[in-house]
Amino acid sequence: MCALCGGLGGDEHWTDAVAREGVYTRNADPVQRRRERALRVRVANRALKPFGLRLADWQGASFLLTTLTGKSEIVGDLGHLWSTAERLSGRLCDPLDPDFLARLDANHA
Amino acid sequence: MLREPPAFTPVTLLTGFLGSGKTTLLRRLLADPALHDTAVIINEFGEIALDHLLVERLDEQTVLLSSGCLCCTVRGELASAMRDLHSRRERGAVPLFRRLVIESTGLADPFPVLSTLRADPVLRHHFRAAGVVTTVDAVNGLAQLDRHIESMRQAAVADVIALTKTDLAEEEHISPLVARLGAINPAAQLLRVAEGPLSADDLLAAGGSLFKAVAEPEGAAHAKAHAFSIVVEEPLDWSTFGIWLTMLLNRHGASILRVKGILALQGEARPVAVHGVQHLVHAPTHLSCWPDSDRRSRLVFIVEGIDPELIQRSFAVFARLGASGTCDLSIPSSH
Ligand SMILES: [Zn+2]
Repeated sequence: MCALCGGLGGDEHWTDAVAREGVYTRNADPVQRRRERALRVRVANRALKPFGLRLADWQGASFLLTTLTGKSEIVGDLGHLWSTAERLSGRLCDPLDPDFLARLDANHA
Repeated sequence: MLREPPAFTPVTLLTGFLGSGKTTLLRRLLADPALHDTAVIINEFGEIALDHLLVERLDEQTVLLSSGCLCCTVRGELASAMRDLHSRRERGAVPLFRRLVIESTGLADPFPVLSTLRADPVLRHHFRAAGVVTTVDAVNGLAQLDRHIESMRQAAVADVIALTKTDLAEEEHISPLVARLGAINPAAQLLRVAEGPLSADDLLAAGGSLFKAVAEPEGAAHAKAHAFSIVVEEPLDWSTFGIWLTMLLNRHGASILRVKGILALQGEARPVAVHGVQHLVHAPTHLSCWPDSDRRSRLVFIVEGIDPELIQRSFAVFARLGASGTCDLSIPSSH
């Protein structure tokens, strides 16, 4: 088990499930996969903005997380995104924090 | 085929800590043709019952008890559900079932079910306790045994311990768990149910005919846990949901005992089910159809030490984030 995200060794992250019977995924074909990655980057950037971070697709297989000062790190999946964001920003990325939620709502309105 | 009901219908109690794989196990068992004559009573801990949706076999032999935990609120309801099943079987109103499985919420202590069975004048003449099957999760089991007294109690009263998720855990993590379970309950039969075929008879008919006595817990054993639900009218944006839930579990996974939901997604006709326990979320499943006429997304959380209102508010803010601006996204062509 990965200590950072609770992910299991060799196990896919649930948001990137391998297409198989009964499983819901947007991994089934390249077009769908690319579209989903673009959507995620877009939504994640809204949530990352209050922490001064920016996410971009990296070679269609990973993501690149960058700080305002240009520090960056490659993130494999959403399971590792938030622990990496906390490390790079030096802050807790808490979706229950009222200040964070207020900023998210204001930025978005 | 049964021609008449058994004198005493064996009752198996299926219990286990939250998220330890009870529903999955039950679903596998019900798919076994050997179990077509098994009635099921499902007890839910949560405002909105979801387990039966995930089991996908809600017929006249499957009874769903309303919300509440067996150990404090629904003992009377359990007794009357069992009496009702029994009388409908006598009248031929339900197929002749020869076994009853009670799936109890992960937080319940088995004691109240057993005492209900023994104390009720009708039930004690028609049903007998056949055994307790406790699911223990190979990934989270050891930590749960350490942190939660209920988990230890459930392992202690088991006739059969069904070790789940052994396919997801390293052998070096499994062996200390097996040793620990052996110390808690050396008499239980240990089955690794994640591997290989599963025989309903092995599991439900397994030896134990006598329940071991369990001390009645003092006070509400699960007072720290809250179950609450989020119901959403509008279809959800899957990408936003993924961002939100991963962010939530990253920071609060240890306090989120369970998250379980059936989701209506934008652009999807069929519902998607998600299950998570603490940091672990299983691969989402695409259900074949909606289980009832309710087409709204429903999420149930069981948390320890978090204000449900904060999670609801956070969910709502993210839902607004996902509701706008995602449909107009043009996909850059890659070449
Ligand atoms: Zn990890």
